[in-house]
Amino acid sequence: MKERLESIKEAALNKLNSADTLDKLNEIRVEFLGKKGQLTEVLKGMKDVAAEERPKVGAMVNEARETIEAKLDDVKKALESAARNLKLKSEVIDVTLPAKKNTVGHPHPNNVALAELEDIFVGMGYEVVEGPEVEFDYYNFEALNIPANHPAKDEQDTFYITKDILLRTQTSSTQVHEMEKGKLPIRMIAPGRVFRSDEVDATHSPSFHQVEGLVIDKNVTFADLKGTLAVFARKLFGEETKVKFRPHHFPFTEPSAEMDVSCFKCGGKGCRFCKDSGWIEILGCGMVHPHVLEMSHIDPNEYTGFAFGIGLERIAILKYEIDDMRLLYENDARFLNQF
Amino acid sequence: MNTAYSWIKAYVPELDVTAQEYTDAMTLTGTKVEGFTRLDEDLDKIVVGQVVKVEKHPDADKLVICQVDIGTETIQIVTGASNVYEGMKTPVCLDGGKVAGGHDGSRTAGGIKIKKGKLRGVPSDGMMCSIEELGSSKDYYPNAPEEGLYDLGKDAKPGADAIELLGLHDTVFEYEITSNRVDCYSVLGIAREAAATFNKPFVPPVVKETGNSEDVNDYIKVEVEDKDLCPRYTARLVKNIKIAPSPEWMQRRLAASGIRPINNIVDITNYVMEEYGQPMHAFDYDTIAGHKIIVRRAKDGEVFQTLDGQERKLDKDILMICDADKAIGIAGIMGGENSKITDDVKTMLFEAACFDGTNIRLSAKRLGLRTDASGKFEKGLDPYNAEAAINRACQLIEELGAGEVVGGMADVFSAKPDKVVLPFEPDKYNKLLGTDIDKQSMLGYFKKLDIPYDEASNSFTIPSFRQDLLRSCDMAEEVARFYGYDKIPVTLPSGASAGALSFKLIVEKVAGEVARYCGFSQAMTYSFESPKVFDKLLIDEDSPLRKVITISNPLGIDFSIMKTQSVNGILSSLATNYNRKNKDVRLYEIGNVYIPKALPLTELPDERSTFTLGMYGKGDFYEMKGVVEEFLTRVGINGRLTYSTDNAKPFLHPGRQAEVIYEGKVLGYLGEVHPQVADNYEIGERTYIAVIDMPEVMPLVNFLHKYEGIAKFPASTRDISLVVDKAVMIGELEDVILKKGGKLLESCELFDIYEGAQVGENKKSVAFALSFRAKDRTLDDAQINELMDKILEALADLGAVLRS
Repeated sequence: MKERLESIKEAALNKLNSADTLDKLNEIRVEFLGKKGQLTEVLKGMKDVAAEERPKVGAMVNEARETIEAKLDDVKKALESAARNLKLKSEVIDVTLPAKKNTVGHPHPNNVALAELEDIFVGMGYEVVEGPEVEFDYYNFEALNIPANHPAKDEQDTFYITKDILLRTQTSSTQVHEMEKGKLPIRMIAPGRVFRSDEVDATHSPSFHQVEGLVIDKNVTFADLKGTLAVFARKLFGEETKVKFRPHHFPFTEPSAEMDVSCFKCGGKGCRFCKDSGWIEILGCGMVHPHVLEMSHIDPNEYTGFAFGIGLERIAILKYEIDDMRLLYENDARFLNQF
Repeated sequence: MNTAYSWIKAYVPELDVTAQEYTDAMTLTGTKVEGFTRLDEDLDKIVVGQVVKVEKHPDADKLVICQVDIGTETIQIVTGASNVYEGMKTPVCLDGGKVAGGHDGSRTAGGIKIKKGKLRGVPSDGMMCSIEELGSSKDYYPNAPEEGLYDLGKDAKPGADAIELLGLHDTVFEYEITSNRVDCYSVLGIAREAAATFNKPFVPPVVKETGNSEDVNDYIKVEVEDKDLCPRYTARLVKNIKIAPSPEWMQRRLAASGIRPINNIVDITNYVMEEYGQPMHAFDYDTIAGHKIIVRRAKDGEVFQTLDGQERKLDKDILMICDADKAIGIAGIMGGENSKITDDVKTMLFEAACFDGTNIRLSAKRLGLRTDASGKFEKGLDPYNAEAAINRACQLIEELGAGEVVGGMADVFSAKPDKVVLPFEPDKYNKLLGTDIDKQSMLGYFKKLDIPYDEASNSFTIPSFRQDLLRSCDMAEEVARFYGYDKIPVTLPSGASAGALSFKLIVEKVAGEVARYCGFSQAMTYSFESPKVFDKLLIDEDSPLRKVITISNPLGIDFSIMKTQSVNGILSSLATNYNRKNKDVRLYEIGNVYIPKALPLTELPDERSTFTLGMYGKGDFYEMKGVVEEFLTRVGINGRLTYSTDNAKPFLHPGRQAEVIYEGKVLGYLGEVHPQVADNYEIGERTYIAVIDMPEVMPLVNFLHKYEGIAKFPASTRDISLVVDKAVMIGELEDVILKKGGKLLESCELFDIYEGAQVGENKKSVAFALSFRAKDRTLDDAQINELMDKILEALADLGAVLRS
């Protein structure tokens, strides 16, 4: 009996070793382990075995079955794995074929710049607000210390609708609206469209965007203005950016300044972007003029503040190296797709 | 404003800095230097040479061979200049030197190297120069010949530095002066700032008393009728005028400022205008009728000939200088032809006045005649400066021997400005600046600026030339400028606050994100456009869209009205792209349209933020509809939208457009662009647009999300296939199904539409998949069948029958 089992086992293992398809494997399983299989036949012959021998023979049969089953399983796994490998091989693709692009649209470069600016100032606790584009003369000029017949009114080449209503020439008008609300302190930026009657060319547009900033609180100082704008410049143009404040004049701030940043193209060594000066003029700023506060019913003895105005196109043009301002309003997809 | 360094140095003698140092330091104290030009930048090794011998060139008719004494030796130079003569002293560029340009006046960047060589076989050891080759012109060196070598005159010493002699070892600085610093539109003003900046003594010219023993008031009588426009009028008289060229030093300073030297009288006038910032005018005294000056407004329609020979039409707001009979000058702008100085002038009346700046500016603008003088007057000049300037001019007349100055000054000073006295408030300045600058340093800055401080009253008396110093903050700026903006500390405002975008901007941001996600790129178009767009868009003559805000001074008709619709902007941009052969273009814009409440405008218009999408190429109506719905879903408008074909827009395809309606509110519209409109814009493909009126969307926005659980009980689905008239809209069928299906109907999805012979003419077959589900139980068939019966019954009212 033992010999018979051994030889069945051996025959099964031999056959299994040479099995090369899953079908053959199944045939072998039926031949040895099936209902009419050889091992089953042995079990059927158990009745002829002496009773005391039966457990021993049973164990031997089980051992043979387990061996065959284990082998069967191994071979099956090997064959399946080979079959999968074959399939994988047949499924090789050319990964260098062009990608199927998802056609996602692009933001306007102005907006890319604006989003950066908004993030920086929101992070510093500024509210982002807006004011009207068609505006009363009062808000655009008079309340900003630019009374009737002030030369600055001429300089800004204003588009007028009526004698008293115009297209705002500066987002500074939003300062007045915010101050008039009477809610102090104020910490805001106001992005928006402004208009000046400049003919369209590579560096001028009759419509462009500014971002106004205004902080009013007790004890706000010129040092705070410097610190705030230095943080802004570093966040926007890189941590190494240096800033320089030059005295300037605006009717609605005193003292006033213009801020230059170290050229972010050459790091200040001098290049065509900074016209070899190492510096790029970025914005105008200053301490809110006490008369401007007074006109908006804020007591300048109690409150001080600073304001600044940034030309959004100027930032976009410098940062993204756009060489012609007209591109910003043509909306050519080949241009927009680069942002 | 351009000024030579040498002129500034004349009043700040100890000034000794490089051009770059000067530029940087002046800019940091507020006198911005825009740039500078070294006049000798491209000049090198140029000395005085004396031509001792001139011989003919053996092989060239137009060339001569010269022996030139250059002090140390005599060299041979071949020249083609026709004005060369034996004994002439002229600039000579030696071997290895540099000149600035050609004799035709052309400049070469970096200069032109001069080397020994041969001209037609004859050795030439250098080059004799014209004024053009030295980088200037006859305009600024009036005694230069029309063509040929510059004659340095008999006093020049051979071998001496010719550049020095020509006054070209100098640097011209260009300043950007801010409008508040009227005093700095003058050499003296800038010199005062320079002295303060570099901490050197300021030494202005000393003006001594001038004039003979006569009194000008015996010669002329001045009356100012319109005192409001002329706070001060001063005049002095010069007899026995001798017209001659002005001295070289004066010519050089004027030339560096860009002013052509003419003769001593004109040059003195211009010189004082630059030096003091006070324009002056000279009248021929003998042309002044009645020897009387009357300052009064012109009459409307009066015509006057200015000294440039042009006829000018005047109005009653233009101030005139008149004599007893007639006008002789437009105040502050330009003198008259009838009283101008000629070479034969014997006696001249000098005028230095102060006019109302605004009036001069507006008059010059109306006349279209902005002159150097008006440009200065319009800033509002210091009336005390007029007196200083006229006395300085008379001093120069005497010094230059240009005539005999009559004693005294005619002076009508009708409006003396109030003295400004400001307290010294060091703590206030420090508090505003965030600094801790000591009192003594501050007082030092004011002293440097010639602002007198009175210790007893602890206050400053502001000098009349500093019209910009009116309040404490102005004084703080002076402290900041001279302490140094760069030394002010860097801090951040104290106190924390929460920053955020406004709600409107957040919603607009979502709109942009959805648009870009759907393939649309962001466009920006102008807010103003042409009134022709309405015809282009086939908009009715009486449409409210034609009620537009018009700009009174537009750049042109094409930029003259504020947009009342956003469609033209997006279509124009699409047209640009189509014209440039860009494929499958999708653009969006978020911007305002401007709806007037009443015309003409008396209050501000309604600025409506509008979200506009436009596309051609890939995509159709339903894709655009998908973008609109995606946006509305993203801002929390989750309920059922309806689409109405009422209120058709003329610029859209009559059968392919709809208004987007939510709870009865029109949120916007979308559709295919009318082929005629597409033609008008020259877009050769089907174009789709969608326009969302953001103010209607805003109150519906809801960013709150609430989890409603995942359904636990199974859904039962029923497909129905209906045959209806072609004209019945899917939306109508859906409305009925949704209404009758009630709460248990979870969804109703269209999955097939068929038109054709099998369903009959003017009919269509429509198939929906209905899904029913209850939250708390499994629905039984009976219940669903009951609902289905109700639905089908209601659908029958629309003529829908189940397809067999």
